[in-house]
Amino acid sequence: MGILKAISVGVIPVLFVIVLGYGLAKKVNVFECFVEGAAEGIKVTIRIIPPLVGLLAAIGMLRASGALDFLIGLLSPVTGFLGIPSEVMPLAMLRPVSGSGSLALVTDLVTRYGADSFVGRVASTMMGSTETTFYTLAVYFGSVGIKDARHTVKCALLADLAGMLASVWVWRLLGQFL
Amino acid sequence: MMNVIWAGMIVVAVIAGLCTGRLESVTQAGLDGAAGAVEMVLGLLGMMCLWTGLMNIAQKSGLVAKFSRMLRPIIRILFPDISTDGKAAGAIVSNMVANIFGLSNAATPLGLKAMDELDRLNGGSKTASDAMCTFVVLNTASIQLVPSTVIAIRAAAGSADPFGIIVPVWISSVCGVLVGVFAIKFTQRHGVRRLPGRR
Repeated sequence: MGILKAISVGVIPVLFVIVLGYGLAKKVNVFECFVEGAAEGIKVTIRIIPPLVGLLAAIGMLRASGALDFLIGLLSPVTGFLGIPSEVMPLAMLRPVSGSGSLALVTDLVTRYGADSFVGRVASTMMGSTETTFYTLAVYFGSVGIKDARHTVKCALLADLAGMLASVWVWRLLGQFL
Repeated sequence: MMNVIWAGMIVVAVIAGLCTGRLESVTQAGLDGAAGAVEMVLGLLGMMCLWTGLMNIAQKSGLVAKFSRMLRPIIRILFPDISTDGKAAGAIVSNMVANIFGLSNAATPLGLKAMDELDRLNGGSKTASDAMCTFVVLNTASIQLVPSTVIAIRAAAGSADPFGIIVPVWISSVCGVLVGVFAIKFTQRHGVRRLPGRR
């Protein structure tokens, strides 16, 4: 407890003061700018709804049918070995492949287990600290016609694995201070 | 890929539901999930607006640009072979800063512009250059100051401590980025496939 917690709680208010202070100093119409950005935020956020509807429906069905628990059970030897809670394993697997799919899984996990449970915290941390790797690879390399990405895919997936494991271990090791 | 995953989830759920005799609760869960999705997004709409509004001020006031200039020296360390090219270095650093500030709408066009510049320096080759590989790995890892979407989801799900994940996310992100950059630099220096790679 203490410093780490204070940083987490303090980042956003401090950012507000810095951004608004800088904006005022530069004589920007901060409120007008804010409203414009917030309007953009509505558009972006509303765009999440259609994929999320499809995916949360699918995840809910998979869970209710018992198939998701079966899958989690199958994976439990691996997760036990790595120290990952088996409930977040589907998220770790889907995260590099689909942004909206993993967003739906995180939503499902924090609703089901609670945002402040161990599973909820690990899932949130995984989601926040990794990207949709395959999508990024496809868009970036595709845009300039690269056919041979050399060792990029392996390195990117290794980075994902490191981020996933760190998300679990940061809570195992530092959980008492956070 | 997504087609198979999504359709697969539903088909498997229905078949499994038939086998376990839980078909009714499967149907109900599908409807609940759909309704829950809309409810969740509406719940996080406010926070997302607050955040994108603030970040718009950061962008319009020139704070983001100022930050980019401060980060310029990093380019020399990460991209030694292209650091003398102002256009490429500028686009790379702008993309990184947009990612740090969570300006995802701005980050992708800037990233594609950086790829264009790197492609020009690479002579339009179909094989990725060292700089391209490093740049793409940086983008597949996450470097975000405030993971706003996840925080908003946590708040909407009734968390008592929605912001508590910020420091853990930083730690995990740094682990991911460091491993990615180290791996790419290592393979570039000692890897079996140096440029021009054998096909």
